[in-house]
Amino acid sequence: MEMIQIDKVQEALDHLANKDVYVHLETTNGAYASHFNSNAYNVGAFIRNAKVRYKHAKIVGHETFRIGLKMDHGWVYAEGLTQWEVDDKGRLLMAGHDAEGRLMVALEISETPFEN
Amino acid sequence: MDQHQHVAIILPHPDDEAFGCSGTILQFREKDIPVTYLCGTLGEMGRNMGNPTFANRETLSEFRKKELQDACEALDIDLQMLGYRDKTLEFEDQDEVASHLKGILDDLQPSLVITFYPGHAVHPDHNAMGAAAIEAVRRFDEEKRPEVWAKAISHNRREVLGEPDIVKDVADYFNAKMKAIEAHRSQAEGMMSQFRKSPELQELNSEGQKLLRYEEFYKWDFTK
Repeated sequence: MEMIQIDKVQEALDHLANKDVYVHLETTNGAYASHFNSNAYNVGAFIRNAKVRYKHAKIVGHETFRIGLKMDHGWVYAEGLTQWEVDDKGRLLMAGHDAEGRLMVALEISETPFEN
Repeated sequence: MDQHQHVAIILPHPDDEAFGCSGTILQFREKDIPVTYLCGTLGEMGRNMGNPTFANRETLSEFRKKELQDACEALDIDLQMLGYRDKTLEFEDQDEVASHLKGILDDLQPSLVITFYPGHAVHPDHNAMGAAAIEAVRRFDEEKRPEVWAKAISHNRREVLGEPDIVKDVADYFNAKMKAIEAHRSQAEGMMSQFRKSPELQELNSEGQKLLRYEEFYKWDFTK
């Protein structure tokens, strides 16, 4: 993955608008957060292959980025994204990591379902 | 341990075997006792993407599969991948997972099964895999039932469970154990740095290192 270039990501988001797309959205602080630090507790959520159709999308930010996908009914939102790529299957993959390379947030959009 | 004919390791993630019991595995292999690793998932939902990152959420499973195969080669053990998805094991039907495992164990006929101690294994996948593995072994006729060594890693394990029945000092195998850990390239550095930084573990007199050197297990009592 590469550092997000806002114009290029906006272009990729626009390309996927008004289409049925599959979304992987995830955030996590890890399954060991409370084990290694008793002041923390584990937080995480993911949804894989949610089928949505968004009317428009916008990426906003500087160094770390927020993305909102506006749907007919509701929104898809992610914060803390720093890296992106369009992979060899044409899927738009975005993520944010901590200083040691651990994933904290991911937003991925694809015209075909992600593998289970 | 000489009496064991075949050892089955049942853990959910690529690298659980390396961190948790690779010294013990190496000991068995030195005595030419066959070991088979039944690995529950491919760790698809792991947070560690390498440092610096070289994997992403969609490619992580391919990397981890290769790392798992490399680690099993380094440990000289057989591998079967069970095909569950990381983070979701506790939501599977435990009865179905136990039946799946029982079918494999019927083929392998191990004399010993090593798995996680349900309720004392910290990660929900660990607890769920351990519970399903123990249920699978429970379904054996008593005279054919393999022994179970359960691995507990909760901070309060000694208070609740007492002293472990088996403590293996694997200092003699430490270099080979580190090689198995390092085979899990995407995970090793992140996990080791967590060990180094955790205030809890520092307070416990660098328990991180002790955990790697002393592999502890509780023998499961099926009469209870």
